[in-house]
Amino acid sequence: MPAKFNMRPDKNKMPSQDPKERAKNFKEVALGYTEELALDEANRCLHCPKPLCVEGCPVSIDIPNFIAKIKEKDYEGAYQIIHKSSSLPAVCGRVCPQESQCESKCVRGKGPNREPVGIGRLERFVADWHMNNSTEKAVKPQSNGHKIAIVGAGPSGLTCAGDLAKLGYEVSVFEALHKAGGVLVYGIPEFRLPKVIVQKEVENLIDLGVKVYTDTVIGRTITIDELFEQGFEAVFVGSGAGLPKFMGIKGENLNGVYSANEFLTRTNLMKAYTEDSETPIAHSKVVAVVGGGNVAMDAARCALRLGAEVHIIYRRDIEEMPARKEEIHHAQEEGIIFDTLNNPVEVLGDENGHVCGVKVIKMQLGEPDASGRRRPVPVEGSEYVLPIDCLIMALGTSPNPLIKKTTKGLETNDHGCIIAKEETGETSRVGVYAGGDAVTGAATVILAMGAGKKAAKAIDEYIKSKNK
Amino acid sequence: MFKIVRRRDLNPTVIMMDIEAPLVANKAKAGQFIILRVDEEGERIPLTVAGTNKKEGTVEIIFQVVGASTLLLAHKQVGDYLQDFVGPLGEPSEVEGFNKVCVIGGGAGCAIALPVARALHENGAKVTSIVGFRNKDLVILEDEFKEVSDEYILMSDDGSAGTKGLVTNALEELLKKGEKFDRVICIGPLIMMKFVCLLTKKYNIKTVVSMNPIMIDGTGMCGCCRLTVGGKVKFACVDGPDFDGHEVDFDEAINRNKMYRDFERKKYEETCNLFKKEVK
Repeated sequence: MPAKFNMRPDKNKMPSQDPKERAKNFKEVALGYTEELALDEANRCLHCPKPLCVEGCPVSIDIPNFIAKIKEKDYEGAYQIIHKSSSLPAVCGRVCPQESQCESKCVRGKGPNREPVGIGRLERFVADWHMNNSTEKAVKPQSNGHKIAIVGAGPSGLTCAGDLAKLGYEVSVFEALHKAGGVLVYGIPEFRLPKVIVQKEVENLIDLGVKVYTDTVIGRTITIDELFEQGFEAVFVGSGAGLPKFMGIKGENLNGVYSANEFLTRTNLMKAYTEDSETPIAHSKVVAVVGGGNVAMDAARCALRLGAEVHIIYRRDIEEMPARKEEIHHAQEEGIIFDTLNNPVEVLGDENGHVCGVKVIKMQLGEPDASGRRRPVPVEGSEYVLPIDCLIMALGTSPNPLIKKTTKGLETNDHGCIIAKEETGETSRVGVYAGGDAVTGAATVILAMGAGKKAAKAIDEYIKSKNK
Repeated sequence: MFKIVRRRDLNPTVIMMDIEAPLVANKAKAGQFIILRVDEEGERIPLTVAGTNKKEGTVEIIFQVVGASTLLLAHKQVGDYLQDFVGPLGEPSEVEGFNKVCVIGGGAGCAIALPVARALHENGAKVTSIVGFRNKDLVILEDEFKEVSDEYILMSDDGSAGTKGLVTNALEELLKKGEKFDRVICIGPLIMMKFVCLLTKKYNIKTVVSMNPIMIDGTGMCGCCRLTVGGKVKFACVDGPDFDGHEVDFDEAINRNKMYRDFERKKYEETCNLFKKEVK
């Protein structure tokens, strides 16, 4: 270990594709640290005796020790430490909101103009190093003979599957779509998370002995009760958030109005951005995206790459956008126009039933509301029309109703979210666990992974106590 | 991968196939649909289940060649495999507890109307089937319909098969004669379903239609298949595909189905040319 730490106040910048260039392609924006940058950044970690960063990680990765391995240039060793806690390191290194998790706790980030250690960037470096250099395949552990079913091959399901497989369980994952990955393949765009990386993470799980069945809709093709009849001893439901929300304003069903889910699914899962795709998508001149979350940023940046001028319409201020700062920053760099403190009131259509404009009202900030943020209130008489030929609604989703409809005794709340204990994922049905967006409503990849992890632990304890 | 075990060409553009998919066959009920992809790069195509053979583990689909993807599918033969086949999706049709029902099918929609007529018949209802086609060359499933119907009325636009006229003409005639139906079930082109609903509204007969909007995932995720029903947004894939026809906003649905017409035409021509080249 080097005698001296790197005491520079700011973290090493992430090498990225030039904004002008990347606005025209779907290749990954952030290029990743070089070995040199990674070593330099690793040296900023002080190895606190009581590392707060670990507390900030939903899956409790042993952060100081994996960084210590980087300093020793033992990158495979670093990978193995991360892999113990996370089944999807290359994914987390890219899409986790580290600034509000591990990095928010880092002592190096305390004080003005000081930045935390770039933990996420180092995680990505290690995961990519492993993918490019390691030839070792994960080995299927000795089976303990117990069968567990996982519903949904998204972040929570894959994490739960990985953890249980490592413990020797016979794990089967059932996925409704034709590809495993959930939001990682249908939602998050290629330029933020290349699909080959998701594919490799899924292959790692298959090497661990996990069976993945695509084209299988639990609740329709097979019900949860039938899974138990088939000898599965526990079921984890990570079916995700589904049904998109709309505003309920006039003109929302005009042609050219998409939910963000539809726009992203067409673009990402069905590869509509490639010229020879069989699945169509609107190639528009001016697109407005309504919403301020990560999904809104993803949809906006996809639309930009498909050749449009893109506006983001958001009813609050830019500081209050729930999207990651980095995503907002990237979107701004690429030339996306932010119409904040604006709210759509009506979608306008042309004589062919296609959207031709959106009527927007300006907003101002009033008193704080229940969320603690200042409530946006319309400015009377401030309506104006923004001419557009495509509108994308990124207002969030509510959980998929299929499992709830077809599983007796599985309790859900008023929003349709499955009721599950936070620490274990236990639901109202014995042996049925749940986590991720199906429980919380639309949230982040890493929170879903954390829930999958906790449920795996709880399922292991449940099976052990049942078979005592 | 899912094997094609049987194929029958019903008319020049409508093809019936039996696909080996035991899990789907075991569950599918009349009115539900499946989604298939022909190959790794294929589009997700929603098709209503036309029938099942649980013993064999096969699902029958009937499709009309309307675009590039269905043209690709039409080039598959017995023994070939489909990349993906998932289902059953959507809610099954309501088929129990009726005395007398009128089932109306239009064109390729008859393929979907038939399993509903069959299920009603098996549940003890008296079934009047009214089916309509453009001309005699396009008539499909005549024997199959007759088998499950107490009355079978064939209509054609040009009079070359059955009676000349539209399905609405036949229905109105029955209603004028005083025929009473507990329910009308209508499956076919949107414009036909719209006019059947306008007619049955006059006679105050509850009418169920099967909607076939553009879909992607078909499991309640993308919202592409949304419709306005009774003033509310509904998703055909999880709330339907059957809806109360008197509540459906047909004009909006007709418009939404046109969204990708130009793209679809272009792709269709490209695919046609591709096959022509192969033949040379």
